Amino acid sequence: MATRITIDPVTRIEGHLRVDCELSGGKVSNAWASGQMWRGIETILKGRDPREAWLFTQRICGVCTTVHAIASVRSVESALKLEVPLNAQYIRNMLIAAHAIQDHIVHFYHLSALDWVDVTSALKADPKKTASLAQGISSWHLNSVQELSQTQERLKAFVGGGQLGIFANGYWGHPAMKLSPEVNLLATTHYLQALEVQRRANMIISILGSKTPHIQNLAVGGVTNAINTDSPSTLSMERLFYVKTLIDELGDFINNVYLPDVCAIGAFYSEWTAYGAGVMNYLSVPEYPLDTKCTSFAHAGGYIPNGDVSKFQPIKNFQDEYFIKGVSESNKHAWYKGNADLHPWKGETDPEYTDFQDNGKYSWVKAPTFHGAPAQVGPLANVLCMYAAGHAPTKKYTEKALATVSSLAGKTVGIGALHSTIGRHAARAVRAAVIHETLQNQWQLLIENIGKGDTTIFNKPEFPNGEVRGVGMHEAPRGVLSHWIVIDKKKIKNYQAVVPSTWNSSPRNSKDAPGPYEASLIGTPIAVPDKPLEVLRTVHSFDPCLACAIHLVDKENKEIVKVRAL
Amino acid sequence: MNVLVMGIGNLLLQDEGAGVWVVEEFEKRYETPEGVELLDGGTSGIELLQYIYGRDVLILIDVVRNGDPCGTLTRFEGDDVPALFQKKISPHQLGISDLLATARLVDMMPKQVILLGIEPKSIDTGLELTPEIGAQIGRMADLVAEEITALGIPIMQK
Repeated sequence: MATRITIDPVTRIEGHLRVDCELSGGKVSNAWASGQMWRGIETILKGRDPREAWLFTQRICGVCTTVHAIASVRSVESALKLEVPLNAQYIRNMLIAAHAIQDHIVHFYHLSALDWVDVTSALKADPKKTASLAQGISSWHLNSVQELSQTQERLKAFVGGGQLGIFANGYWGHPAMKLSPEVNLLATTHYLQALEVQRRANMIISILGSKTPHIQNLAVGGVTNAINTDSPSTLSMERLFYVKTLIDELGDFINNVYLPDVCAIGAFYSEWTAYGAGVMNYLSVPEYPLDTKCTSFAHAGGYIPNGDVSKFQPIKNFQDEYFIKGVSESNKHAWYKGNADLHPWKGETDPEYTDFQDNGKYSWVKAPTFHGAPAQVGPLANVLCMYAAGHAPTKKYTEKALATVSSLAGKTVGIGALHSTIGRHAARAVRAAVIHETLQNQWQLLIENIGKGDTTIFNKPEFPNGEVRGVGMHEAPRGVLSHWIVIDKKKIKNYQAVVPSTWNSSPRNSKDAPGPYEASLIGTPIAVPDKPLEVLRTVHSFDPCLACAIHLVDKENKEIVKVRAL
Repeated sequence: MNVLVMGIGNLLLQDEGAGVWVVEEFEKRYETPEGVELLDGGTSGIELLQYIYGRDVLILIDVVRNGDPCGTLTRFEGDDVPALFQKKISPHQLGISDLLATARLVDMMPKQVILLGIEPKSIDTGLELTPEIGAQIGRMADLVAEEITALGIPIMQK
């Protein structure tokens, strides 16, 4: 007999995502991903001054504030063919890198590790055994017996007081939880340490962005960070050297804790390299522009069809027609009028709500396609594209991670293992290490450029009276983000944001092909239908974020998992 | 005394942004006393941990859906602040309640936490508050001032 599971919401803060799965024979046989809230935030922007759009767009989301600000200013600069001064590129690049590192660390430890790590089991661990296990994997100075014992005592006090707090309602003791008490204790200790580390990453954003959350230092045409090497009220050398200290601390954690932890969890759960691949068309855009015209980049972008790295097609720059002409969106299975595949500059968002219809319309998310096919975006797509493009740091960290996993698992694990649920976590950790090197380089480039006497931070935008169009591309922590703008008579005429989670949480498209979340769930075994931990593992591995943050404190209790026999 | 007054919410979703509106209104009406910091916490979650660290008192302003008529003002203090959701799918959802639970776990919880809430009417897309909620923003700013006074910190109107 078949069973249907509905999980709603899959996450809370990141908006309303509902996932429905049909099970037969203990495995997922069909799946639907549904955005449960109408965004329509773009309509707020129509008729506004394009120079202020970024201040609104960065409030779209509670997690990825900075990224919508960056994509927005880039869209206007693209429409005006406006160059961005080098200092502004470097400062933006540092913000982008620090934000991505913070985001990846928080995603792994605080938003998804507890899908794999059983906190209650950590209470049974032997701290001495844990310390010797840890020292075999990494030289991190906070893996001491003392540190591990302290974490365990703190957990005991927490659990003993009858209050699991943040850990309440996890799937503790679930049959799919397989780590030893010692590995669980180590991971839980790093969960706590990561809270402090993400705070350090955020301090970089505060210093460069003037405020966080919601940075204030951007402008169409550059940044507003006045540079004066001696003045304490501007971006001075003293501040820049403090930023360097923070950057070094992040590197220590990424290389000695985050990457080894992901490798260890990947090795202990190596069966998960066989689940969760789904859509294997991978899309990524270039990032970290190195010149004023955005033609050369520190990170490559491109497209890989059917997981075949040898068919990699580069996306070279922010003007690349292969990308600009390749994106369209379908409303066939989304609650909007029309069936056609439309380019974002011509995108329409006229709502037409039906009920949840398995074969009809069932989501507020449109179905984006790249040259007619669904595409997966995110760190895995980004890492595979950079690997295909021969990006040296990406090759170095990918090979390092695969070698660590192979030695811990006692068998050879190749790059093919990345096309999976656990592979997405591994790729995210690799990407964090790569971005950390980029962050160091951008800091160096900024210092050198200021050293040459260049303090330019802004080029003034001039708007023509006629119609102009632009696209702002950004390789965000969750993947390809693009803001599409049409400006007429100096005002916004149309604005469409195609966010990363639109690609990944896409419903079926105009050809009825499933989106990445949907396809990735097929074939996953589910041990306990009313505790669908395995579904969450795969969906969370994408780092889901539907761009409509709601912070409502809700005192009502609502049923979240529903199971019914079909 | 080290006090943080933090308004939370999404300004693009009508009443959802009420907390941020209250902080702005407070700034218009009162001189911010020494030892008190105001923060537009916007739509962010875990990033806010750094602002909570080292505070004696945290005054949070947010919309609270309690099933009361829209515009109803509520006040929670200490353990009554909903520090976690009783029914959650898993511990991966970081909102303000989870932020406080995390702060408690890592001993960063301020000694005193006060939540001033307002029942929303509409959280649809839009930059304007509904009239019912808009009419209460001034009153809420005054309530924030009263909380600060009750802490023994003198406060002056502008």
